[in-house]
Amino acid sequence: MTWLKRNWLLILTHVGALVPLARLVWNFFHDQLTANPIQYITFQTGKSALILLILALACTPLNTLFGLRQVIGLRKSLGLYCFMYATLHFLTFVGLDYGFDPSLLKEAIFKKRYALVGFAAFLALLPLAITSTRGWMRRLGRNWKRLHRLIYLAALLAIVHFVWLVKSDIREPLAYGAVVVVLLALRFKAVRKALVNLRERFATRRRGYDRVAVPEDLN
Amino acid sequence: MGSVTGLVGSALFPQGLWAADNYNYEELRKELTPLKAIAGYNNFYEFSTKKEEVAPLAQGFRTSPWSVKVGGHVSKPTTFDIDDIRKRFPQEERIYRLRCVEGWSMVIPWMGFPLASLLKLVEPTQKAKYVRFETLQDWKQMPGQKSSWYAWPYVEGLRLDEAMNDLAILATGLYGNPLLPQNGAPIRLVVPWKYGFKSIKSIVKIDLVGSMPNSLWMQAAPNEYGFYANVNPAVEHPRWSQSSERRIGEFFRRKTLPFNGYAEHVAQLYAGMDLRRNF
Repeated sequence: MTWLKRNWLLILTHVGALVPLARLVWNFFHDQLTANPIQYITFQTGKSALILLILALACTPLNTLFGLRQVIGLRKSLGLYCFMYATLHFLTFVGLDYGFDPSLLKEAIFKKRYALVGFAAFLALLPLAITSTRGWMRRLGRNWKRLHRLIYLAALLAIVHFVWLVKSDIREPLAYGAVVVVLLALRFKAVRKALVNLRERFATRRRGYDRVAVPEDLN
Repeated sequence: MGSVTGLVGSALFPQGLWAADNYNYEELRKELTPLKAIAGYNNFYEFSTKKEEVAPLAQGFRTSPWSVKVGGHVSKPTTFDIDDIRKRFPQEERIYRLRCVEGWSMVIPWMGFPLASLLKLVEPTQKAKYVRFETLQDWKQMPGQKSSWYAWPYVEGLRLDEAMNDLAILATGLYGNPLLPQNGAPIRLVVPWKYGFKSIKSIVKIDLVGSMPNSLWMQAAPNEYGFYANVNPAVEHPRWSQSSERRIGEFFRRKTLPFNGYAEHVAQLYAGMDLRRNF
């Protein structure tokens, strides 16, 4: 029971991250992958990867700004699940959709800018997934952190991938993009400092009012 | 199921049987896309931009009374009632490939009649060079039209000689039944050698005009959607493969055919034109 109490957030993360995959499997066996199943799988895995990427990016600011230290422990799992869906997404496109046909893929990946940046985002995630273990952390030392800044690049590329993919109405990808931009902005010291200042000024002002209301001060 | 509706169609509409030989219908009949997919996977942004949400939102769409106003540069402007259209123009079965610009395709047994026979009836004048089509605008029935992202109503156009080609039909049914709302009821255009978005749905207005109509998609993304929009594996699109396609219900991709396989009937329309520029 104490184990559950201590690990409920991690359990929730594992369960939540596996729901999109479970839904695809369920829909496959119940013939509910729509009339165009391969495209449906491509869209669903891509969307899942993006959402998990955003959640992984949110962990650090949640800790630094709100002191939610427990979310730092979820970052690795979220990142790895993101990579899992990105891999499924990539394999669906290359394998299921284009049957690993090199001539078709040459056009489908290298002549379409949206596909090219998507592929680049996947390549940026690859070394992060490989070096996600404790061993690699130790071996890379300070460079580990530097390497893992690639996640920012992957996030931006994924957003561009999404924007270039939609037909005309880019509101949905831009909404995801806005979240990513905010999460990236929070990495800059100046932005963080400004936010902390703002919070403190707000807090002092409230304290100030409190003091005015304290009867002893009136004497 | 395909052969049953085919027999019914042929018995009711003998012209269909005759036309069958010209367009290789018997070959295509073996490849018919199931009705479930045709009725459940729809690009019809007036209802929703999500293909699976169109059919439920289109239930209860009023297709009667319905009239189509034909005017512009014609000697006899006429407003046709939909029932009148069905009676006046013999309906025949046309089994056509449909190639969506998004890289998927279907084979659909339409019921309809050549657009040319309607145009001849209203007598286009010398000034008529293009045909402009317009979809119903009624956001109360078509919730997708509440979105200000697109310049409603949906407009499409054909050059007059394209419109007079025998392959271009106005369809009022498919699989032997009246069109379902999600497929463009009660009357829609079908131009099988062009990408699907040219085949405008739920038409209320047809005008013969002097200059090239500016379609909804030309306005939305002029670099991606041209006026001609002929199916052409040699002209690339920034997103979708145009050299191959996935037939709905099939696992492997197919090669996309020039003019969607109808080159021998329509290629002469574009003789001397640079089809890379006029995409």
